[in-house]
Amino acid sequence: MNRHVVAKVEDIQPGTRKIVTVKGREIGIFRVGDDFYGLINRCPHQGAPLCRGEIVSRLVAPSPGDYRLTRPGEMIRCPWHCWEFDIRTGQSLCDPNSVQARAFDVAVEPGRALVEGPFVAESVPVTVEETYVVVTL
Amino acid sequence: MAHSQGDHGGRDCLAGAIDCDIHPAVPSTRVLLPYLDDYWREHILRRGLERENLETSSYPANAPINCRPDWRLPSGPPGSSLAALQSHLLDRLRPSFAICNVIHGAQVMLSEDLSAALCRAINNWIRAEWLDQDPRLRASIVVPPHSAELAAEEIERCAPDRRFVQVLLLAMTELPLGRRQNWPIYRAAEAHGLPIGIHAGSSFRHPPSALGWPSYYLEDYVSQSQGFAAALNSLVSEGVFVKFPALKVVLIESGVTWLPASLWRLDKTWRGVRSEVPWLEQLPTETVRKHVRLTLQPFDAPPTEKQLQTLLEQLGSDRMLLFSSDYPHWHFDGDDALPAGLPADLVRKICVDNPLETYPRLKETMR
Ligand code: FES
Repeated sequence: MNRHVVAKVEDIQPGTRKIVTVKGREIGIFRVGDDFYGLINRCPHQGAPLCRGEIVSRLVAPSPGDYRLTRPGEMIRCPWHCWEFDIRTGQSLCDPNSVQARAFDVAVEPGRALVEGPFVAESVPVTVEETYVVVTL
Repeated sequence: MAHSQGDHGGRDCLAGAIDCDIHPAVPSTRVLLPYLDDYWREHILRRGLERENLETSSYPANAPINCRPDWRLPSGPPGSSLAALQSHLLDRLRPSFAICNVIHGAQVMLSEDLSAALCRAINNWIRAEWLDQDPRLRASIVVPPHSAELAAEEIERCAPDRRFVQVLLLAMTELPLGRRQNWPIYRAAEAHGLPIGIHAGSSFRHPPSALGWPSYYLEDYVSQSQGFAAALNSLVSEGVFVKFPALKVVLIESGVTWLPASLWRLDKTWRGVRSEVPWLEQLPTETVRKHVRLTLQPFDAPPTEKQLQTLLEQLGSDRMLLFSSDYPHWHFDGDDALPAGLPADLVRKICVDNPLETYPRLKETMR
């Protein structure tokens, strides 16, 4: 397992995503508020580029007509057949226990720490002044 | 495993079974007159309606399929004689109970009030002339489906008599069955522990097929399964089983083979449009297995026993099928009311366990 620096924090604004390639694998890095999450860019259903789908909320209704918008901006909807996945866990809404997109650990690290510890910078040059998004893979 | 047809479809196996669909017929509108309240008796006599038989047009009395030849009566429409029912079915196959489902024009009438008045009369008539005369009989409450309020009132009126075990609707009336206008009916039924029986049939104010009016009975009868699929789809999608979690629905004369494919499609599509019906948190198939039952006759069995086994596997639950003879309609000959090829343990479930689970009121008077 290595830690890969994939972006500067300010490159990914809240509510957006960036698709990066780490060890030949495409990963979507999502920013929800100030939290970052990583999902494989491959839908477990039929392999669509999942992370290019729309970022949506979770619509729920404990009873018909009792509508509630929850978890705004925390779901990704597959661009092919519109299955919804939880950005935080990769779990699908239609079958959370058996249909899951692989999720990766994503952390935010100050450049100072990265300069000291082992990491792979790939295409992102690191300086001590900035803060970075780091994927473990 | 399966017995031979004559053996397991026959009399001995059915002794003690619960027949979930028989059809007593109102012999003529005249017999309802004493069971109407004064206002509506006068109304009907002034209009001369007592001279109309008010049958629905889908199963004309003289069509061969409408009655087994050896069950035809010397006079009166098929199913209109209690004595004949006793000798043809009750004393012969010896079911412990048989549930009377009256199909009558009152259920599809345009006037909500007349429809309600006639439904009240039919419920009074079935109670006095059938239920009071034979302890093996139970009945569905007939209601005016186009007025959910009046239907709910009739459920309230009849429910205290525990021999009414179900509320009867038709698959294709003016609204898809899941629509909220119908919910007072489901609310009342659930409150009294009564399943909703949905019988094949239409008000025939709209075509029985989405493609328009058919020319032949063949088309009409086969289209019924599409009507049932649409009715079930509506009940599930509108969230009736989420709103009324204790409600059970019995599809009567729906056939069975259409169900697995219809559910596969429902499940598959639900995964992509789930957010549109956010009250459906579960795979629709799970909801249907929990809430929906189907009567057996007329059974659209596949050609071979092996295919029948496959169908039963696809249903994925041994709790869904309920025995029915569909008396006096002609779906089997002799005493072979059960289709061949059903495993013996499933037969027991179909004949006894499943009906008792579906109709909790039957257990109260089990001998
Ligand atoms: S490929 Fe993603 S939902 Fe089908």
